Amino acid sequence: MAGSGSAHLRGDAAVLSVENLEVEYHTAGGSFKAVAGVSFDLLPGETLGIVGESGCGKSTTGRAVLRLDPIANGHVRFRDETIETASHQRMRELRRDMQMIFQDPVSSLNPRRLVKDIITEGLAIGGQGAKERAAVVPELLEQVGLPPERFAEMSPRQLSGGQAQRVAIGRALAVRPGLLICDEPVSALDVSVQAQILNLLEDLKSKYDLTIVFIAHDLGVVRSFSDKVLVMYLGKTCEFGDSVEVYERPAHPYTRGLLDSVPSPEVEGGFVGPALQGDLPSPLNPPSGCRFRARCPMSQDKCAVDEPAMREVRPGQYAACHFPLV
Amino acid sequence: MSDRALLEVTDLHAYIGSPRGVVKAVDGVSFTLQHGEALGVVGESGSGKSVMARAVMGLMPARSGRTGQVLFQGRELLTMKPKELQEVWGKQIAMVFQDPGRSLSPVVRVERQLTEGMRRHLGISRTEANSRALDLLREVGVPDPERRLRAYPHELSGGMRQRVMIAVALACEPDLLIADEPTTALDVTIQRQVLDLLRRVQTQRRMSLVLISHDLHVVAGRTDRTAVMYAGRIAEIGSSRTVFQDPHHRYTHALLSATPTIHHERHAPLNVIPGSLPSPTHPPAGCRFAPRCAAASQECTQAQPPMLQFSDDLDAACIHPVNTKEGELVGR
Repeated sequence: MAGSGSAHLRGDAAVLSVENLEVEYHTAGGSFKAVAGVSFDLLPGETLGIVGESGCGKSTTGRAVLRLDPIANGHVRFRDETIETASHQRMRELRRDMQMIFQDPVSSLNPRRLVKDIITEGLAIGGQGAKERAAVVPELLEQVGLPPERFAEMSPRQLSGGQAQRVAIGRALAVRPGLLICDEPVSALDVSVQAQILNLLEDLKSKYDLTIVFIAHDLGVVRSFSDKVLVMYLGKTCEFGDSVEVYERPAHPYTRGLLDSVPSPEVEGGFVGPALQGDLPSPLNPPSGCRFRARCPMSQDKCAVDEPAMREVRPGQYAACHFPLV
Repeated sequence: MSDRALLEVTDLHAYIGSPRGVVKAVDGVSFTLQHGEALGVVGESGSGKSVMARAVMGLMPARSGRTGQVLFQGRELLTMKPKELQEVWGKQIAMVFQDPGRSLSPVVRVERQLTEGMRRHLGISRTEANSRALDLLREVGVPDPERRLRAYPHELSGGMRQRVMIAVALACEPDLLIADEPTTALDVTIQRQVLDLLRRVQTQRRMSLVLISHDLHVVAGRTDRTAVMYAGRIAEIGSSRTVFQDPHHRYTHALLSATPTIHHERHAPLNVIPGSLPSPTHPPAGCRFAPRCAAASQECTQAQPPMLQFSDDLDAACIHPVNTKEGELVGR
């Protein structure tokens, strides 16, 4: 598992196409690839969930699409633009069309500005005048469920986490982006607030026909929100497919282990299947062959030698595993 | 072992001073914990679950106060002198926190962190303590324990540090282990391992466990009983199975249906709890959940609803419970 390959890509119809993406980080302990050959694409109006544990490279992947982290190797295409070779000037323009929402809503808002200015930030950068911007503030706030008369003049520190995330969503959508990347948008929020934000995103998605990359570690959240799901492990892809198919019939042993690790109140003992053994390996020194093999119950000699590539295991479902669960 | 409960908490209040006024973090909590029982405590941030545990332990911040009664093996903890309390800490009640990185000393090797408490409380020799430390690391599933004894905490992964933390907590064979969000900082596959470990040592040692979490699903299925807290009070308490499968309090019900599970239907709207938590300094009169509750009536906003017994294994403070016909309440 945990391999490379791009058999699951769907060609020119995709809005965003990422092929063999590699991102390197340089640390005191040496250089390593946080993302080591990841491919995925999105059709217009589709939501792709990216799941995985810490260090799997899911956030880095999202950031690299906007070139917030440098792309070391690989190919990223958004519409007709080649992201890895675009000039800085061009990237600034493109990022208007590719918006991002972050995990910590409060720290992603400028503490010294008012909500009405924050929510129209993108429009200001796009060259809109103060008058035009002031005119759209009420509508922007209303669509994210914040009464304008109460919130327009507030500063971010007066907002709760959920309210701040609503402002961040309003800011991202003000410029009508062609692509929205959500990096753990609800993981800092309490359950009751999380449901409010997820429903809001779902409403806005159908209203504006948004194409969304939804990055999260919470498998339940991803299931409820995504059409397609990509499972990552230690910088590699494990499995890609329709989210219902992948959750109901995981083909990769890691996907299976991940799903079995989700506590289930219906089952005595709290979990559905056996636990995965061992710890996440260090990305500085990843195992040879399949990066998951050390923890994999199905692992055989071949897994240590050959890195598995993504291949179709069922129609539309792809896994990077020599011994998929079929 | 006597018939008496291990821990009896009666009408516990914990107040913390803040610039905006007094925060009623825990406001009238009562429950009992039997020998060998695992109690889950769930709630969102601000529910008072962590402060409740700290109030029981006597680990309160400055400018705070506690009232009520906390009987541990028949001894009152709230009025106990610091010297006596130190004998209870570690030896009889131990605690595991969310962030194992911060609760272990970064400059002390794992071995000494494990043996310190044993030598102090049990008065055993260094050699014996060292050999017990090795056994403990084996018990909590630390691979290569001989080498790990010589390690510093930063040389261990997050999951491994939490295992060491649990070993430290178990060192003096406490009667009660309080685990406050022990797996919140961990990845889901590692969380799974640590939860399995906690349940295993709890049953093997016949120890009592209080497992605190914001995640309802973490607590369900791994505890005997569960208390759901909201804004400083217990909304519902009962056997874990009943609380999760047949909740009676409106808040528990709303919280469960707002949580997406891995079986949630795609793009189906989640049930939402409107509004947000009440002010911790000036909570509303009556039921604290009433302003957010779809079933709230005028009665709810006037007086705090009493704890009502719905069955042998379920109590809830709700006068408009879910899954109950109006008449059923009468006579209970």
